[in-house]
Amino acid sequence: MSETMTMNAPLTAADGESLKVKLARERRNKQLKAIALVAPLALFLLLTFLVPIAMLLKRSVDNPEVITYLPQTSAEIAGWDRRGLPSEAVFAAMARDLTIAKEQKTVSEISKRLNMDISGFRSLIQRSARKMPLEVAAGESVRDQFIAMDERWGDPEHWHVIAKNAKSWTPYYLYSSLDLRETKAGTPELAPEEERAFLSIFGRTLWMSMWITLISVLLGYPVAYWLANLPARKSNLLMILVLLPFWTSVLVRVASWIVLLQQEGLINSALMGLGIIGEPLQLAFNRTGVYIAMVHILLPFVILPAYSVMKSIPPTYMRAAISLGDHPFAAFWKIYFPQTVAGVAAGALLVFIMCMGYYITPALLGGPQEQMVSYYVAFYTNVTINWGMAAALGSLLLVATMTLYAVYSKLVGANKLSLG
Amino acid sequence: MGISTPASDALVSFRGVQKSYDGESLIVKHLDLDIRRGEFLTMLGPSGSGKTTCLMMLAGFETPTHGEIRLDGQLLNNVPPHKRNIGMVFQNYALFPHMTVAENLAYPLTIRKMNKSEIAERVKKALGMVKLEALANRYPGQMSGGQQQRVALARALVFEPQLVLMDEPLGALDKQLREHMQLEIKHIHESLGITVVYVTHDQGEALTMSDRVAVFKDGVIQQIDAANVLYEAPVNSFVANFIGENNTLHGEVIDVAGQQCAVRLASGEVVKASAICIGRSGEPTSMSIRPERVRLNRLADACENRLKAKLSEFIYFGDHVRLRLDIAGQSGFMVKVPVGELDSSWKTGDMLDVGWMARDIRALDSAVVSH
Repeated sequence: MSETMTMNAPLTAADGESLKVKLARERRNKQLKAIALVAPLALFLLLTFLVPIAMLLKRSVDNPEVITYLPQTSAEIAGWDRRGLPSEAVFAAMARDLTIAKEQKTVSEISKRLNMDISGFRSLIQRSARKMPLEVAAGESVRDQFIAMDERWGDPEHWHVIAKNAKSWTPYYLYSSLDLRETKAGTPELAPEEERAFLSIFGRTLWMSMWITLISVLLGYPVAYWLANLPARKSNLLMILVLLPFWTSVLVRVASWIVLLQQEGLINSALMGLGIIGEPLQLAFNRTGVYIAMVHILLPFVILPAYSVMKSIPPTYMRAAISLGDHPFAAFWKIYFPQTVAGVAAGALLVFIMCMGYYITPALLGGPQEQMVSYYVAFYTNVTINWGMAAALGSLLLVATMTLYAVYSKLVGANKLSLG
Repeated sequence: MGISTPASDALVSFRGVQKSYDGESLIVKHLDLDIRRGEFLTMLGPSGSGKTTCLMMLAGFETPTHGEIRLDGQLLNNVPPHKRNIGMVFQNYALFPHMTVAENLAYPLTIRKMNKSEIAERVKKALGMVKLEALANRYPGQMSGGQQQRVALARALVFEPQLVLMDEPLGALDKQLREHMQLEIKHIHESLGITVVYVTHDQGEALTMSDRVAVFKDGVIQQIDAANVLYEAPVNSFVANFIGENNTLHGEVIDVAGQQCAVRLASGEVVKASAICIGRSGEPTSMSIRPERVRLNRLADACENRLKAKLSEFIYFGDHVRLRLDIAGQSGFMVKVPVGELDSSWKTGDMLDVGWMARDIRALDSAVVSH
């Protein structure tokens, strides 16, 4: 082969083909195999995770009703100067749209959407649609007929709402989820105090998640330390106890907490039987109950990453620090603790993110003041069938979580997070 | 040296120390040991022999079940480990991974509340001692095992303790680096004049570095002596077998005359040997002779003991050849022959004349005696 290896000519394999081409083909084959192995999961994730999230995000700004069911009105109202009432043509288009909507039975879709902006719009649309088609004599004004039908048609406010929603997207749901509303100029402003709700719910969600995470870390750290430093046989038993909650469904665990914590529950009757308390403590259906049950459910998520990190720290570090003259407590803080931060941080982040989206425990064990964002997502999905609001709340939750993760990884360093 | 009064130059003294982990068996049986000031003492023994436990009791990480340990005359039993002011080097280095080399070295100094400039100066000096000045700002994870061990050594010395303990510090290094570090540690010990207690199971390491070696077995020191004495004059067959290579011949004492005795082997031959630790006539004994003390054929002529042996195997080592012989009904008797003295006509199956001097074969106990 050495005679073929001149300095300038590209190297070739024994059969004369370029080495580079051969190598590229070999690599491509390997890559294809790797892709083929990953493909099923990637496809699964795409269909069940990424696509739904994308749809969720789209739903939160989606505004199809007016533009789909009042197409002619939407087209005409675009030319309106937003002063006074819209032109004859807009009213005529509205009459035609409502007639078609009546035939196609889509009136309720329109009225439900418009009613979100001005209450009473639902009845206005439905009553007017019932009178369609209008019989307009030559020379008569459609506008006058509409106003005669219901004087609210003469109120420009209602037409502003139609004009605002004659677009395929709207910030309305996102604004509402943040207690904002859109001014006529299109800028957001804070809703009046009595209409605000979601900011405090988001605040409450963050606050409760923070406390649950903090309590879990404080309780979980010593357990993880104990687990990591016990002889193998005992630590295996303890590990089974830590994992035990994973083997029962969350619903069952919450139900058993209700049994334990309620007014006539085991804990209250035991404490009263022992004479420690005179009247039952309020433990369930308030924040105490939610904290107790959620900490219990989420504790393993702190313990396991912390344990795996602690397990990898040889005891000689502490011995070395002590032999160098440091007091055992000081050595713990200066030498042992910093090495566990990565694992504890990973566990805390896990718990915090899970808390942010937790639904069932607060729903069953909390009162109205303990409901978190996910409760309202469920409420809008199941009770009022308002997909826009549900999607907007979900999207904001996602954004809040990702922001926190970004801040967190900036502080701790994402590459230092360790799940073991 | 009296048993209960420490020698005047002793820095550390163990008196009647016993240690049990389970309340049923003693891992350290009865330890009386004086470690002299400025001495390099190695505790050598197989795993489970109690050597590491002794070190840990001295460091304060284990408490003696019985007996007392003194450092510089002060009773240590109730002094917690962080107040003992003893430097320690661990097998896995135990450098703090989240601190740089300089921070690791500054750690014991900060605890001792030294001011910044003094700390910087001492850290620099300690790094210079192990020739790592350039790596002060590296993290341990970015360094090789040998470099990490040097930092660990510097850290154990930087606060100038009078005693430094080393628990198999070179166990994780490869052979070449280990031999290099052995010399480096030895030189540091010589230049600083500190007292070092070194634990290892590697006899080569022990012989190379130490002023004295204490050979441990079953929680008892079998022999404590300078390296050459241990090698040349082991007091029992455990020490003879544990240190260096050794051939053992079993037999029965038939006559004792002063420093010498006569031993009859199972095959009937009588061997003259130095009487070291034997019973009366008629009792069994095992004799120990180093492979390099055995002479062959013509060289054996002048020896007091001469036997016939069958050559069963050649093992080539480059600078020397080992011959495996069957002798007096025993197999596996090794002889070391320098390549220059090898007779090229020898082949396996040949009968050779084998001989050795009576002073080179030591009649020791028959079974390993626990004192």
